[in-house]
Amino acid sequence: MSRISEETVNKIAHLARLSINEQELPEYVTNLSNILTLVEEMSQFDTKQIQAMAHPLAMSQRLREDKVTEPNQREEMQKLTKFTEAGLYLVPQVIE
Amino acid sequence: MMHTKTVAEMANDLAAKKYSSVELTTHFLNRIEHYGENLNSFITVTKEQALAAAKHADVQRQAGKAGPLTGIPMAQKDIFCTKGVKTSCGSKMLDNFISPYDATLIERCNQAGLVMLGKANMDEFAMGSSNENSYYGPVKNPWDLTRVPGGSSGGSAAAVAARLAPIATGTDTGGSIRQPAALCNLTGIKPTYGRVSRYGMIAFASSLDQGGIFGVNAEDAALLLNVIAGFDEKDSTSADMPVPDYRKTLNDSLTGLRIGVPKEYFAEGLNSQVADCIHEAIKTYEKLGAVIKEISLPHTNMSIPAYYVIAPAECSSNLSRYDGVRYGYRCEKPKDLIDLYKRTRSEGFGKEVKRRIMIGTYALSAGYYDAYYLKAQQIRQLIRQDFVEAFKEVDVILGPTTPDTAFKIGEKADDPVSMYLSDIYTISVNLAGLPGISAPAGFVNNLPVGMQLIGHDFSEAKLLNVVHQYQQHTDWHKRMPEGF
Repeated sequence: MSRISEETVNKIAHLARLSINEQELPEYVTNLSNILTLVEEMSQFDTKQIQAMAHPLAMSQRLREDKVTEPNQREEMQKLTKFTEAGLYLVPQVIE
Repeated sequence: MMHTKTVAEMANDLAAKKYSSVELTTHFLNRIEHYGENLNSFITVTKEQALAAAKHADVQRQAGKAGPLTGIPMAQKDIFCTKGVKTSCGSKMLDNFISPYDATLIERCNQAGLVMLGKANMDEFAMGSSNENSYYGPVKNPWDLTRVPGGSSGGSAAAVAARLAPIATGTDTGGSIRQPAALCNLTGIKPTYGRVSRYGMIAFASSLDQGGIFGVNAEDAALLLNVIAGFDEKDSTSADMPVPDYRKTLNDSLTGLRIGVPKEYFAEGLNSQVADCIHEAIKTYEKLGAVIKEISLPHTNMSIPAYYVIAPAECSSNLSRYDGVRYGYRCEKPKDLIDLYKRTRSEGFGKEVKRRIMIGTYALSAGYYDAYYLKAQQIRQLIRQDFVEAFKEVDVILGPTTPDTAFKIGEKADDPVSMYLSDIYTISVNLAGLPGISAPAGFVNNLPVGMQLIGHDFSEAKLLNVVHQYQQHTDWHKRMPEGF
């Protein structure tokens, strides 16, 4: 008995911006179901009174002064893709 | 036979001008050329940069400006960004990514005069325990070429085990340094969370990820930890704590050291011959003056379930950045924006990465947060509490690193859950943020067995000391695989 259906796998895939093809779908259903079965072993422990961990060493988030520290490296960074124009990144048309 | 020496010995030889860094580096580059392809331990070999860096190291030495590790060659896991060099993280997604900057760890190694030989193979985005999830193919274990070297830092481990590099870096999110160290007969240290900067280390699960080291012994690991440990402003979770000289305390006596042995680490599932090796190690420690105490870490069994919520949840968030727009892989001819995202990610990521992204997305989706993520973070608190309680009675905790020796390539590849279970002894250490070290403790059927020592927060110096003393009285760590 699978814990999740093919429909659920497709739904999660969409949320994660992935697509799973028909051939691979049964394999994902089996593997993800097995992983969830493993994960659900947690439910045997009552944790109502336990505070969830926020940081393993109980450290607080360090803050810094609000000032610019990074130089502008737009040209350097945009060398990493072919799809730029006039300093902007190109994607398929979004607005008609 | 320069490659059979330890880093400490090489450093002395370089200082005594017995050979130059160019000679030493050339020797290792030749070894990589000869053996590297078969092992598949490197994704990129940076020959020209290495020779230039070695030459520079020799000039620095001539000018009297050499540090303790100036001119020592090393391998870097391909998860650390290296300026001007391909940084793939073992993924098709970053196969074309030339990093525009250096990770802090890389910067520190460069400043110390270390010479990078190349970028080591790894499981894609550090997700795996066998190195079979690499886009560049599996790495072989030098002790038996039909077996896995462990993962995710499998390339680093195989490279050092075969002495294609004298020392290497790795990262450890659930055991990715300690498990391959155990399977390849190396000393591998995962420092305390926050000890080594994560800046420029490609993120998998940010609350667990920690950079560390593979060396042939504890002394070598101490020497490199002196270089890479320390506070970094660029990493908001970096620990602002003083860094001791890790070499200084290596020779401290173990008389009176309290070693805890958790009964849960010897329960069902542990290979009995592996257990025998660990019991032998315990006896050695008793001879060295340590006091052995049985302890209990009652929530050990919950570490894998909790980990497989927390790590995927964090990975699903971290890996959302790979969208085909600014860098990395991009699918051909996307018909709209959603198609660009979906096809880029489906074609660019391997199966295990997709599985974890999906588990994480599911666990964080509306209505499931309390049952999964919140629950896992509560369990995580219980796991840490187990350790905190134990450290009231003992100084370090000792057990096996893995339940068994290296498994066959392909043996667990189709069954993610059975692969996950091989990390039972290492994962809880990451959940608790503690430092851990694996060291050679014997052989079963000519395959290495590792013992794991776990310490309290920031006790790396103690762990290195405890392993170093063991290595003064045993020679498992000196054994090398045949044929290299």
